[in-house]
Amino acid sequence: MNFPEELKYTEDHEWVLVEDAVVTIGISDFAQDQLGDIVFVELPEVGDTLEEGKTFGVVESVKAVSDVYAPVSGEVVEINEELPDAPEAVNNSPYEDGWMIKIKLSDPAQLDSLMNATVYQEFVEKD
Amino acid sequence: MNKTPLNQIHRQLGARMVDFGGWDMPVQYSGVIAEHMAVRTTAGLFDVSHMGEIEVSGSQAFDFLQYVTTNDLSCLNDGQVQYTALCYETGGVVDDLTLYRFTADRYLLCVNASNSDKDFAWLEDLLKKTAFSDLTLTNRSAEYAQLALQGPVAANILAKLTSTDLSAIKFYRFVEGQVAGIDTIISRTGYTGEDGFELYCPAEDGVKLWEELMRVGQSLGLKPIGLGARDTLRLEKAYALYGHEITADIMPIEARLGWITKLKKGNFVGRDAMLKAKEAGLPRKLIALTLTTSGVPREGYPVFCNGREVGYVTSGTMSPILKKGIALALVETAIADSDQPLEIGIRKRQMPAERTTLPFVK
Repeated sequence: MNFPEELKYTEDHEWVLVEDAVVTIGISDFAQDQLGDIVFVELPEVGDTLEEGKTFGVVESVKAVSDVYAPVSGEVVEINEELPDAPEAVNNSPYEDGWMIKIKLSDPAQLDSLMNATVYQEFVEKD
Repeated sequence: MNKTPLNQIHRQLGARMVDFGGWDMPVQYSGVIAEHMAVRTTAGLFDVSHMGEIEVSGSQAFDFLQYVTTNDLSCLNDGQVQYTALCYETGGVVDDLTLYRFTADRYLLCVNASNSDKDFAWLEDLLKKTAFSDLTLTNRSAEYAQLALQGPVAANILAKLTSTDLSAIKFYRFVEGQVAGIDTIISRTGYTGEDGFELYCPAEDGVKLWEELMRVGQSLGLKPIGLGARDTLRLEKAYALYGHEITADIMPIEARLGWITKLKKGNFVGRDAMLKAKEAGLPRKLIALTLTTSGVPREGYPVFCNGREVGYVTSGTMSPILKKGIALALVETAIADSDQPLEIGIRKRQMPAERTTLPFVK
């Protein structure tokens, strides 16, 4: 199970890559493993405004539909256009090819409430 | 939770386990899609020991079964299997099952795991209420382990462990033989749409049967298969699943199972209700739909026609072979039979769906 050091994480198993005011978001290796084979990803549109803690899309495995939650608030500036045709990228490469959206942060202070890799790993492994 | 004799094997293989109707069962080992593809291209092995087995024997066994099931037993010979259903007086379904004729006086019914106790109680109750006498019902579910070996090379794999001539066992026929030295009912049946076998052996030999099959099957690509792939496989072939396409409130004739409902065979439980319903015209019927764009239809999602809700999805998934959303849905008959456009409601949107000639995957 992979927990890249440079990323931040949420309790709902999203990861955040911070590059100045724009952050990239996806779901963690733990999340994709729990979901099983992912067959469909529903993303917001460029220009949509997201609110921290609210759902921004859906990841569907064969068996179930799972909501994905915005770790931070902001405007969607880019979405991964490859994902609709290759949802399995989320399973195979959750931190790279499986990235979902990029957001322009509206409140950078929200980043402080995210977990670092060590804390997230503990959180995941404690159950 | 109930456990099959193979429970430890699944855990040792690292299967993701789930509570399936009170049974601790493997939902996947390597992944639903990989397992699905293995069955369609080489072979897969399923533990289906949770299913129920009910023996019906005696000189009135034939008459009793003719009365309580929908299909016609009069065309059965020894060694034949028949897909059939038990219905309530209302015509709704108690369960669907496969019926094995050993002799004119001895039959084995293989029933859904979740309905095992219910079915046995139902049959006992019918026996009490009717005049059938020389008849014994025995619940043999705990005595059997059952494995399903399915896929294009299933016969090649099984042949390595038995001297029984498998080519002589035609579809929906069975023999009693030996596999890996274990007394086994070898049945050329299955729930995947591929060639294959359902193997019934004594519960205490289930582990050995599994291990032997995996041992000789490995080089041919045999993989263990969980309940997740079992569902995607049967849905690609549009096979009914109790609780979805058939329930206590759905008649077999509404669910594309008119072919196992022999209304002319004579009286049977549920026949009158179904005759009346047919005469009045069935208000709804089961149809097959494929999404024309992306998305996954799922059980319970509404079906719309020109903005009006006209039915619902009974089963849906992303077909691993077609890579499209496929669904079975109960829809108003007039709409189903027309060429009016249909849509499946997925969350806030209505996605166009095409009526599909079955099976989804040939």
